[in-house]
Amino acid sequence: MAKVLLVAEHDGDTLNPSTAKCARCAADIESAEIHVAVFAEEPSAVAAQAAALDGVAKVLTVANAANARPLAAVMAPQLVELAADYDYVLGPSTTFGKDLMPRVAALLGVNQISDIMSVEGPLTFKRPIYAGNAIVTVTAPADSKLVATVRTASYSAVASGDSAPVESVDVEAEIPGHTRFVELQTGSSDRPDLQTAARVVSGGRALASSENFDIIYKLADTMGAGVGASRAAVDAGYVPNEMQVGQTGKIIAPDLYLAIGISGAIQHLTGIKDAGTIVAINKDEEAPIFEVADIGLVGDLFNVVPELTEALS
Amino acid sequence: MEKILVGLKRVVDYNVRVRVKSDGSGVETDGVKMSINPFDEIALEEALRIRERGEAAEVIVISMGSSDAQQQLRTGLAMGADRAILVETPEGIDPLSRARALLKIIERESPDLVLLGKQAIDDDNNQTGQMLAALWGRPQATFASKIGTAGDTATVTREVDAGLETIEIDLPAVITTDLRLNEPRYVKLPDIMKAKKKPLDTLSVEDLSIDPAPVLEETAYAPPEQRARGIMVDDVAGLVAALKDKGLI
Repeated sequence: MAKVLLVAEHDGDTLNPSTAKCARCAADIESAEIHVAVFAEEPSAVAAQAAALDGVAKVLTVANAANARPLAAVMAPQLVELAADYDYVLGPSTTFGKDLMPRVAALLGVNQISDIMSVEGPLTFKRPIYAGNAIVTVTAPADSKLVATVRTASYSAVASGDSAPVESVDVEAEIPGHTRFVELQTGSSDRPDLQTAARVVSGGRALASSENFDIIYKLADTMGAGVGASRAAVDAGYVPNEMQVGQTGKIIAPDLYLAIGISGAIQHLTGIKDAGTIVAINKDEEAPIFEVADIGLVGDLFNVVPELTEALS
Repeated sequence: MEKILVGLKRVVDYNVRVRVKSDGSGVETDGVKMSINPFDEIALEEALRIRERGEAAEVIVISMGSSDAQQQLRTGLAMGADRAILVETPEGIDPLSRARALLKIIERESPDLVLLGKQAIDDDNNQTGQMLAALWGRPQATFASKIGTAGDTATVTREVDAGLETIEIDLPAVITTDLRLNEPRYVKLPDIMKAKKKPLDTLSVEDLSIDPAPVLEETAYAPPEQRARGIMVDDVAGLVAALKDKGLI
């Protein structure tokens, strides 16, 4: 049996879907027994959501006021202590997991495999390098714990069903005081979360201003879609950074992706290549986005987008 | 603060479209343009700005790799770093070994701040900074888009999935940089001449008692699956029809 520990990502109340995607990856490990660790100030709500995930055999909760925010320096020593009983320790390849897991790996004295996109064997995995321009097969040594992050866009979330047992555990780890949370600024939005939305509408530099992005929001709201943007649109200040889709932003895999006024730089395409259907609307028929789009429309977005919104209303 | 240590990795230039060798044994790097990892260049720019504000006295750049990495270190010196250290290592040294080697340098240099790029654009691992902070037992602030220093602490705004998170950390610490932290300066010709006279020390991994043999075995390389080119539609009506066809609306 392979004992797998997943680190739950959450905001204190709600389990992030990245955890259900990690569970899908973990289930690909031969004869895996999957446990989820929840670090929180008050973990019960999140633990109940984790316990319901298909394939999860047990949830461990570590309640501590210091765990109110996911600070890597605070969580890592606690996770290392729990890791003693496990063969695999997995986290999502989101900013949360990318921050935490290498710290855990180093404390355990092992290397980390980043961004698992498929499980090829008990210790063999595929992962992207060079911004996804190459896929490498990596094998870890048999005699040490395996620490890895899971590329969430490569996996769908497992369903929720029967509840696994939840066990509260105490850890002895010394928690450092050298790292302190100050604040989190979030773009408050009622729209579906970009990383998990089934439909996403993204705008690029061609929108030309923050105000013009309104037509993107209107279309997205008509479709019940999340809203993203290219790096160019973010760098130009039209929208906040958390909306960036691409290699250096969010890597997403919606069923339907609309790229509007986005030329299709490699770094953007890296972020969307797992999307189900890609629609591109651009006035430049030579734009590279059309090489990957399933449906392309050459036209002026300022005419096409309102017309499409109208047609879908 | 006294010293800032900045890591500069030599990588395939970000404008190069990397290709997998036809026999699957690796990626084509022969004759390809090499540069400083763009995130590391941002780290160096930030260190220079901190020094120029009078908040640090010295900026040291360090690279690990073959002797060719001297080129990137000279570029770093031309940007304004005071001196450089090259740790000569075989190809393919993994992030944990890099972190262990950096820790040995930290023990020699006692920097107040270590600035690294959040990830290298070749292996895309995003590990070294976090691993170094762990081994050093010091704070980490990854994905920094804003850094302020005041005495023994730094306040760092981080680009996280939910938005912008601000944390306060005690120094010394490791900070890794994201794209929007700054725009690195261009190097001017007189600075390149001046950089030739700046000190560049070379060490070997053996000098640091680090075993550079990679632990993870990379067995095969393949190009990614390509998406096929789809259809073009003439107008919005055509687009709506195509979406209906696929059952998407």
